[in-house]
Amino acid sequence: MSATGIGASVKRKEDIRFITGKGHYLDDINRPGQAYAYFLRSPHAHATIDRIDTAEARKSPGVVAIFAGDDIAADKVGGLICGWMIHSKDGSPMKAGAHPALAQGKVRYVGDHVAVVIADTYARARDAAEKIEVSYSELPAVIDLARAAAPAQAQLHDAAPNNTIFNWHIGDKAATDAAFASAAHVTKLDLVNNRLIPNAMEPRSAIGDYDAGTDTLTLYTTSQNPHVARLVLSAFVGLAPEHKFRVIAPDVGGGFGSKIFIYAEETVCAWASKKIDRPVKWTAERTESFLSDAHGRDHVTHAELALDAQGKITGLRAHTIANLGAYMSTFSSFVPTYAYAPLLSGQYDIPNIYCEVDAVYTNTAPVDAYRGAGRPEAAFLVERIVEIAARETGRDPAELRRINFVKAFPHQTPVLMAYDTGDFGGALDKALELADYKGASRRKAESAAKGKLRGIGISAYIEACGVAPSQAVGMLGGGVGLWESAEVRVNPIGTVEVLTGCHSHGQGNETTYAQLVSSRLGIPIENVSVVHGDTDKVQFGMGTYGSRSGAVGMSALSKALDKVEAKAKKVAGHVLEASEGDIEFKEGKFTVKGTDKSIDFGSVALNAYTAHKFNGQELEPGLKEGAFWDPTNFTFPAGVHICELEIDPETGVVTIDRWTAVDDFGKLINPMIVEGQVHGGIAQGVGQALLEGARYNEDGQLVTASYMDYCMPRADNLPSFKVETIETPCPSNPLGLKGCGEAGAIAAPPAVINAITDALGHEDVAMPATPQVVWRAAQKTATKRAAE
Amino acid sequence: MVHVTMEVNSRQATAEIDPRTLLVQFLRENLRLTGTHIGCDTSQCGACVVHVDGEAIKSCTALAASCEGASVTTIEGLAKDGKLHPMQQAFQDNHGLQCGFCTPGMIMAAIDLVNREGPNLDEATIRHGLEGNICRCTGYHNIVKAVMQGAREMAATTTAKAAE
Repeated sequence: MSATGIGASVKRKEDIRFITGKGHYLDDINRPGQAYAYFLRSPHAHATIDRIDTAEARKSPGVVAIFAGDDIAADKVGGLICGWMIHSKDGSPMKAGAHPALAQGKVRYVGDHVAVVIADTYARARDAAEKIEVSYSELPAVIDLARAAAPAQAQLHDAAPNNTIFNWHIGDKAATDAAFASAAHVTKLDLVNNRLIPNAMEPRSAIGDYDAGTDTLTLYTTSQNPHVARLVLSAFVGLAPEHKFRVIAPDVGGGFGSKIFIYAEETVCAWASKKIDRPVKWTAERTESFLSDAHGRDHVTHAELALDAQGKITGLRAHTIANLGAYMSTFSSFVPTYAYAPLLSGQYDIPNIYCEVDAVYTNTAPVDAYRGAGRPEAAFLVERIVEIAARETGRDPAELRRINFVKAFPHQTPVLMAYDTGDFGGALDKALELADYKGASRRKAESAAKGKLRGIGISAYIEACGVAPSQAVGMLGGGVGLWESAEVRVNPIGTVEVLTGCHSHGQGNETTYAQLVSSRLGIPIENVSVVHGDTDKVQFGMGTYGSRSGAVGMSALSKALDKVEAKAKKVAGHVLEASEGDIEFKEGKFTVKGTDKSIDFGSVALNAYTAHKFNGQELEPGLKEGAFWDPTNFTFPAGVHICELEIDPETGVVTIDRWTAVDDFGKLINPMIVEGQVHGGIAQGVGQALLEGARYNEDGQLVTASYMDYCMPRADNLPSFKVETIETPCPSNPLGLKGCGEAGAIAAPPAVINAITDALGHEDVAMPATPQVVWRAAQKTATKRAAE
Repeated sequence: MVHVTMEVNSRQATAEIDPRTLLVQFLRENLRLTGTHIGCDTSQCGACVVHVDGEAIKSCTALAASCEGASVTTIEGLAKDGKLHPMQQAFQDNHGLQCGFCTPGMIMAAIDLVNREGPNLDEATIRHGLEGNICRCTGYHNIVKAVMQGAREMAATTTAKAAE
């Protein structure tokens, strides 16, 4: 392993611009002559729009234009789409209502887009918006997802009777019911997966910039996947054809899923720019982010687990109601279906699984993928119910897990997934040892002596990353292929540009991709630049989400590097006057086998471009290769996280004392970056478990719409983490990578709640387990504790 | 419009501004110092932390006009003669940043913490001291490590300068 190659904890190349304040985030960009957009948003959760009077607002200083739904409809701008078709169990396609970029006749959530004011400054656009008079007729709001499909509820969309988008299912119902009929023990669990607001620290932002001279539209947008944005806005929304449409996603300040989707604001900025022939910029205020970024999670589930007398799990069944909010966001239908239920086998050999999912509309912000997307919901279900089953049957939770682990690979689950490799027992052993699991009872006694309650919680999660292959994605209803592309451009002096269709918004791809190139071509890491986030530079790509930029994106890069090496060998053969088959390439040097005749990579690159040493008709000059990589399977990162915490029963305050993580991500490119991803994921998972919860009141007002009311994890809410890995290389990609971006967020919530319920001695603890929730729960067992 | 003059990163800055202009807007829009970020508008997240007369403030809650005559340091003013400030270096060394958006405010707040509390910071002091800065990416683990290193090296730099 070289100091900068694969497996080395190389310091990040991109850091220099970020630590010196020289990053280029979207709001740092201004275009000559730009105007500013302010969105007038609905103050009501559900209402018809009777009239919009903009006469006074138009007279306001600096106003350039005001547009509403009728204007966008008159221009035949298409609605926003959901790109994943789900069929209900009766075979009918999902029932999606229209999703116009500016509301047409009706608003469906607080924050819905009613009109846009464009003015010469942002302050003036905002001032003018206050003068718009909108007459609304309020309608009853549908807020509680559990009752959204009930009779006599208000209806959000005519296209979706009973506010129901689909009733989907997976697995064998009859076989699963039979397993329950013969079970020795059945554990039942009702759980709520709390609604979260992603809160990337950079608010969403966009600049539409139309050039009438070339009839070209440029959209700067805070996107995790600029090519997908261009595809949707071109092919479906119809803003401009792709060859006249450039989408740029510059430095993006975090995404966590929320910047995958195509939103109303960027659509309107791009459209309006053409309309007024002037760049139009919008940057969200934080409250707008709370109101209109796609939220995450929000499931209500009933689950049951069947066990035989030996503690072997024989069946799992679940019924979930998933809230998709007021409109179907870009991948909203995928999250509570194929990103969720196929993970319900967890790390366990469960012969029978059946899951039903009802997706409903409510008068709340759209819900879509947020870090983990479906997989945290699955892991929370599985790891809570397995834990409770262990407690109910008097088994050690670690042991119940161990006897049910999948031990032989490949393993086909009853819900689609074919696990390729893993060492679940190995991860558990290592985690138990690192966490000093055996010493937990002693530490519990020590805490008890201080009047504190100590609990320990295990979470043995699995996830599926790198959704693929594209053929399967298509069969499951996906509207896109989920391959990735890479291009390697070798310059005549031997420096390299990598162009990738993935996008880096914190993952460190500019470093890890350069590490791979440095390893493969034997050139210094400084000589590699990674280009991403611009549809004019990178031909096509699917972006970054679902921990795919390593497993899928770097596989494409590896394939392109194979081609570069093959071509370079040909060139080297000509230069060294040897046959191509006799050329060996190692550590940046091409050598004629068995001789000391060699040439370095840079000289081969120069020779490829001068083309003096070979016949240009027989071998093309130049050294530039591209590849598309379509994986053969998902990847399956898995691991064990153990949370140990202390509760003050007098206040309900939970203090996490130690956190142990043992993850299997396959091969690692940069362990430092991997650990950082795990830390961040755990923090978001702990946030879900202890602090974060989006709350709408019964009128549909979002009462957690600022950092005063929505509790983000801060430095003093978290401990330092003990993070280690084991390694079973992924067999379905050339580098053996599984992906690490979401693991912590998936693993953490059940680890925390299992620890809290362990400490309290009963199971009824909802997320977020705030001091109030925990204090109330502690009261239920206070008498029992006093008796002990 | 009001007239405002201040020293920003050791340079004089003068402008006629709308009286409601916030310091962060003045830095970003008038001076094009875009390293100072706006993350929340309500002084909760700390992405906009700068130093005014040597003390950290959230520049989204100060009017530019109220900083008349002040000396302001932003993230762009930390590196001297091409050499990173020890706290900047510590953030890179310890992988104390991912997307980088909160990082300028985090670094400015961390330096202020060391200025106030001295270089021998324990983990609890750092975590409490950075409570006003939100990072969504790192889980703070590596930020805490970075601040420990940065604090030590700030002290070493000061000692070395004194020895000169």
